[in-house]
Amino acid sequence: MGIEIIKGGLMTTVQDAGRRGYQRYGMGVSGAVDVHSYHYANILVGNERNEAVLEATMIGPSIRFQSDSVIAVTGGDLSPSLDGKPCPMYQAVPVSAGNVLSFGMMKTGCRAYIAFAGGLEIYPVMGSRSTYIKAGLGGFDGRKLKDGDEIAFARSGFMPKNLEKRILPEELRFDAVAGVNRAGVTGTATTAANTGPREYTVRVLLGPQDDRFTEAGLETFLNSAYKVTDQFDRMGCRLTGPKIEHVTDGNIITDGIAFGAIQVPDSGEPIIMLSDRQTTGGYAKIASIINVDMPMIAQAKTGDTIRFVKTDIDTAQDEFVAQIERYKELQDLFDGREKKTAAVAAPGANEALAGEDRAGKEPAVPKTAGGKYLVRVNGKAFHITLKEIE
Amino acid sequence: MTYPCIKLSGDTSIAVVFGNEISTEINTRIRAFDEALAEEIAQGRIEGIYETVPTYCSLMIHYAPEVIRYQALCEKVEKILAVSHEAKKLSTTVMEIPVCYGGEYGPDLDYVASYHEMDPSEVIRIHTSAEYLIYMLGFTPGFSYMGGMDPSIATPRQKTPRVLIPAGSVGIAGGQTGIYPIDSPGGWQLIGRTPVRMYDAHRDVPILLDAGLHVRFFSVDEEEYKRILSLVEAGKYQCRTYVKEVQDGN
Repeated sequence: MGIEIIKGGLMTTVQDAGRRGYQRYGMGVSGAVDVHSYHYANILVGNERNEAVLEATMIGPSIRFQSDSVIAVTGGDLSPSLDGKPCPMYQAVPVSAGNVLSFGMMKTGCRAYIAFAGGLEIYPVMGSRSTYIKAGLGGFDGRKLKDGDEIAFARSGFMPKNLEKRILPEELRFDAVAGVNRAGVTGTATTAANTGPREYTVRVLLGPQDDRFTEAGLETFLNSAYKVTDQFDRMGCRLTGPKIEHVTDGNIITDGIAFGAIQVPDSGEPIIMLSDRQTTGGYAKIASIINVDMPMIAQAKTGDTIRFVKTDIDTAQDEFVAQIERYKELQDLFDGREKKTAAVAAPGANEALAGEDRAGKEPAVPKTAGGKYLVRVNGKAFHITLKEIE
Repeated sequence: MTYPCIKLSGDTSIAVVFGNEISTEINTRIRAFDEALAEEIAQGRIEGIYETVPTYCSLMIHYAPEVIRYQALCEKVEKILAVSHEAKKLSTTVMEIPVCYGGEYGPDLDYVASYHEMDPSEVIRIHTSAEYLIYMLGFTPGFSYMGGMDPSIATPRQKTPRVLIPAGSVGIAGGQTGIYPIDSPGGWQLIGRTPVRMYDAHRDVPILLDAGLHVRFFSVDEEEYKRILSLVEAGKYQCRTYVKEVQDGN
């Protein structure tokens, strides 16, 4: 038993962490575009964080459950509802056979992730369940979902433990992260609270072909506001704004492309390469957006503004590693495991989760609804408020 | 710029750049380095690299910073670069690919012929007479960038790319020739089509060709094309191969 797609929505695909190891054969990576929301969704329902989920874009699907399950919806707020009532995001939600999950207005962000406890029964192609539409492979028949499709659960009836604990701290959710005003950076997601156009500042590492641009071109790139156009899909995000000057032109001898690479063709306007990017390309890449900032691009919408600010590799990788540690900590927290990786945490990474009574055998979470739990992530203290789930 | 050099490509990839031109010499150096790196990984001397992608002038290395950080990776890479490595001899295997030239299978054959003021049969003769080295794969699954085509049939790309090119189409773009593995848009001049699948997700080896291999095309008529196609669909066709006599480039 599993799910039935009543309406496919605009672009709903099965995605996981992507197809690694085949780029040398021209095989694209694919995978979820908003990597953080994707992993959080899986962790919330007790899956391995690389399990297959559904990625919905702008107009979400309608899904009928054929059997009881537990789901989590993360990412952009596409107004999810369960049998007509608002479905809370960023937490594990039990659903019953016959329930219908549907989506409404796009509020913040544009990509939502739906994870199912126990995962979806999808045949892996070259080690991945991700849909690569252009090649017609992976996921569900290599295509986006449409009305009438049915997908079984991989482990039907799988029930994560500690259901009431499985709520993501507010501070880690997309809206909060996008609203963080990074040190020394102004104007980051200044309108995080409302649904109007946003401005995102993302950090970049220059290269690999920054030497193909003039000093003036680099200045333009780092000091201008770029608007997201409507040419924005899983492959790339085309921006418009002040033209970036090349030394000669935007063509290079075809080479590899990483997730988040920013190509600048002859037009002088940047294109950010996303999950369904081609493996190689012939345009000069001025810089790459660091991985931890990519969810902002994944959730940006036509009309939003993007600014680029330079960072360094150590900062980028410190935060990258901290994010991976954060996943492990959340898994430990939700599964009620005592923190055991504290002693081996990478230098400069995270402090251990500090449950108030973690020495005891009881789970370190108050059993009563409305209790609070103190979590430390990256040195910052967070409270998780527990809500009772029926 | 002095080569080889290491370039940042974001926080989980680096590009090791060996030059700035398309040549068999640079291609060979990249292959040698890629092989040496693969050996280091196989021996457990480098951890955290999950994928390498060789292209004309560089090798892109994708890695996991939670296992190996940028500086540590650079040190390992520089160590390998400091020692000169011989690339394994190129495979002497030449794979023969059947192609039905012209007509609906190769709608641009006549254009290519008239561009060079020759008979279409002459284009076919020239195109089938060379052994092409595959420099790299990229773009879409199994798309091979081949070098070694006779310049006398080199033809610029179409001004406006086609929206849909059928899988198996054989094309020319400037001095390059190649095969479209899947239906995709593209601007190459299409001179024929092969019934052989360059890419099949459910085959043991999904991608038929690989960088460093050679390919030679041979001409088949429509009847033979269809016969081979039915064998391919039944999973019973295997491309003939032969051993190349002289190594080029190394």
